[in-house]
Amino acid sequence: MSDTTQDGQVLTTQDGKPLKAALAKALRREKLRALMLIAPLLIFVLITFVAPIVDMLFRSVENGIVSETLPETVVALREWDPASGEAPDEAVFVALYNDMVIAVAEKTHTRLGSRLNYEQSGISSLFRKTGRRIKRMDEGGPFKDQFLSADKKWGDVATWQVLQQFSPSYTDGYFLNAFDAKRGAEGIELKPADERIYMFLFGRTLFLSIVITVSCLLLGYPIAFLLAALPLRTSNLLMILVLLPFWTSLLVRTSAWKVLLQQQGVINDFLVWANIISDSGRLVMINNQTGTIIAMTHILLPFMILPLYSVMKTISPTYVRAAKSLGANDWTAFWRVYFPQSVPGIGAGAVLVFILSIGYYITPELVGGTSGIFISNRIAYHISSSLNWGLAASLGTLLLVAVLVLFVVYDKIVGIDNVKLG
Amino acid sequence: MSALPPYASPLQRTWFYTFRIICGLIFFFLIFPILVILPLSFNAQDFFTFTKEMLSFSPEGYSFKHYNDFFTNPDWQQALTNSFLIAPIATILATAFGTLAAIGLSQSHVPYKSAIMAVLISPMIVPLIISAAGMYFFYSRIGLQGTYFGVVLAHAALGTPFVIITVTATLVGFDRSLVRASASLGADPVTTFFKVQMPLIIPGVVSGALFAFITSFDEVVVVLFLGSAGQKTLPWQMFTGLREQISPTILAVASLMVAISIALLTVLELLRRRSERLRGLTPG
Repeated sequence: MSDTTQDGQVLTTQDGKPLKAALAKALRREKLRALMLIAPLLIFVLITFVAPIVDMLFRSVENGIVSETLPETVVALREWDPASGEAPDEAVFVALYNDMVIAVAEKTHTRLGSRLNYEQSGISSLFRKTGRRIKRMDEGGPFKDQFLSADKKWGDVATWQVLQQFSPSYTDGYFLNAFDAKRGAEGIELKPADERIYMFLFGRTLFLSIVITVSCLLLGYPIAFLLAALPLRTSNLLMILVLLPFWTSLLVRTSAWKVLLQQQGVINDFLVWANIISDSGRLVMINNQTGTIIAMTHILLPFMILPLYSVMKTISPTYVRAAKSLGANDWTAFWRVYFPQSVPGIGAGAVLVFILSIGYYITPELVGGTSGIFISNRIAYHISSSLNWGLAASLGTLLLVAVLVLFVVYDKIVGIDNVKLG
Repeated sequence: MSALPPYASPLQRTWFYTFRIICGLIFFFLIFPILVILPLSFNAQDFFTFTKEMLSFSPEGYSFKHYNDFFTNPDWQQALTNSFLIAPIATILATAFGTLAAIGLSQSHVPYKSAIMAVLISPMIVPLIISAAGMYFFYSRIGLQGTYFGVVLAHAALGTPFVIITVTATLVGFDRSLVRASASLGADPVTTFFKVQMPLIIPGVVSGALFAFITSFDEVVVVLFLGSAGQKTLPWQMFTGLREQISPTILAVASLMVAISIALLTVLELLRRRSERLRGLTPG
């Protein structure tokens, strides 16, 4: 489009402004108005939600505590080489003494002790013990002997190595921990086999999520197929059976499964009554993986059925009829013609269920026992019980990355704008 | 598949009925756990299973004692009050911010639309345990951890994506020339919004608000971390009840919550039919 008339004059609006500028101005105003409408929520979400997530990412690498509590020691320790095989010399112990006096007065040494205890057990008691002894130490030195007599661990290379490793303000220690690794004498190495719990838990979370997704697909596909094939009036009625669980509180459904699956619960009572199992042979279906799988399949099933249904609804029945008229039997018509068209629905439903299930916390916590818990239960444990927030944050970061990757996949399949509810 | 043709072979006939039976069983799996707690909540005993008296339908087997306990126990009453103090305020915040933003997002020229959308939808995507962890760390830095205000803000943030999605969906069917017509007739933008746009998109706003309400009303993970004993909500009380001292009062609470869900579902269904009728689609 040209903005000049045939005789070379610039097109103008009625009040004499160039048309191009006036349009651009109007467009700018429109953009600004749209942004003004979005701004309140954007700011709200950034402060109440995005900032906390960023804070968590930050916490997973933050490690200011060593250099804040023992500033002089950290500086003095830079010169020390752990490969020498000996504890640092007197100068470092002088710095340690000065730092510890301040730390004990401010009572920060126990916090540092419990922080470093995550890296090597025993350090917490070392700091506590030394803290009690520090007042009785001779201010004139020599300090190395006095510290060694307070606790022999001050003579260990390992203790100092941990201190030196965690001197920087940022650390990859939490992430190494989350990957079941640690920094040993020869760089990064895996922890002893009996201490590797997180990779195992991530593996189990993945495995259980896949099992749950597959069972949701197996149960959801026939239902969605039936709902899409039935006349609208009937399918809307049956849809209530899908939507009611969807709308019912998660805790209500979890408590229902707790009631049903217990050893003295409804299902076991029924099986005993029907003489399928004996009274002594009641099935253990709760507080293990079975409980988690059954309850979570039930809870997430609507999330599989709804996207499947919305895709199947758009598949025209004429294709299947055409296939049959061309001589395909029922199975071939379904498998070669109908099923490929329903694949986008399978993708959408499966990714959605999978995303939801790998981050689940409440249901595994209540019906999973010890063998059916997920990585999220471990994160919760580190936040509220062990208070190892850095590790909780790094495990959370790993889980978040996994979910975001999956979400990009979901976005490619369905598109973020096409998310539908109910 | 909807009906069996008269020329169907015996094999097709068998499969047709087998398939229906399979579907029936899956529907049973979906609905049975929810229905089973209703009669159990009237159990006269402190059991979680049907007693002999209940199965023989004798009146002694049934009682309202668990409901009585719920309405008299101060713990449950405190939790109920808290839930009704937190959820409505969070809903109002989420609906107000969310509706405005959805209207902004539906304009034709929005810069960085997909990036903004991704940020606004993120509370729905990020697993709750991660949101809870992040909020716990951050809110304790700024002194909001363990406060009523903190829980309300967190729940509002979790509810906004639902409002955005539902309102955006209604706005797709909204004729923008109505806004221009209203403006050409001399209405200012505020009047246009309340007199023209709002009445047409109200079903979307209400269903978004219902989603936001149920998000807050059902939410337990975030409140578990972010709240202190003073913000104990109904789901929190149920969670601790299920984990520690499992008491049948939970079944009474659960039954009441099922009743609430049925009411919400009915309202939503009516709204959906209304908006479909307005758009000229035939309701089911």
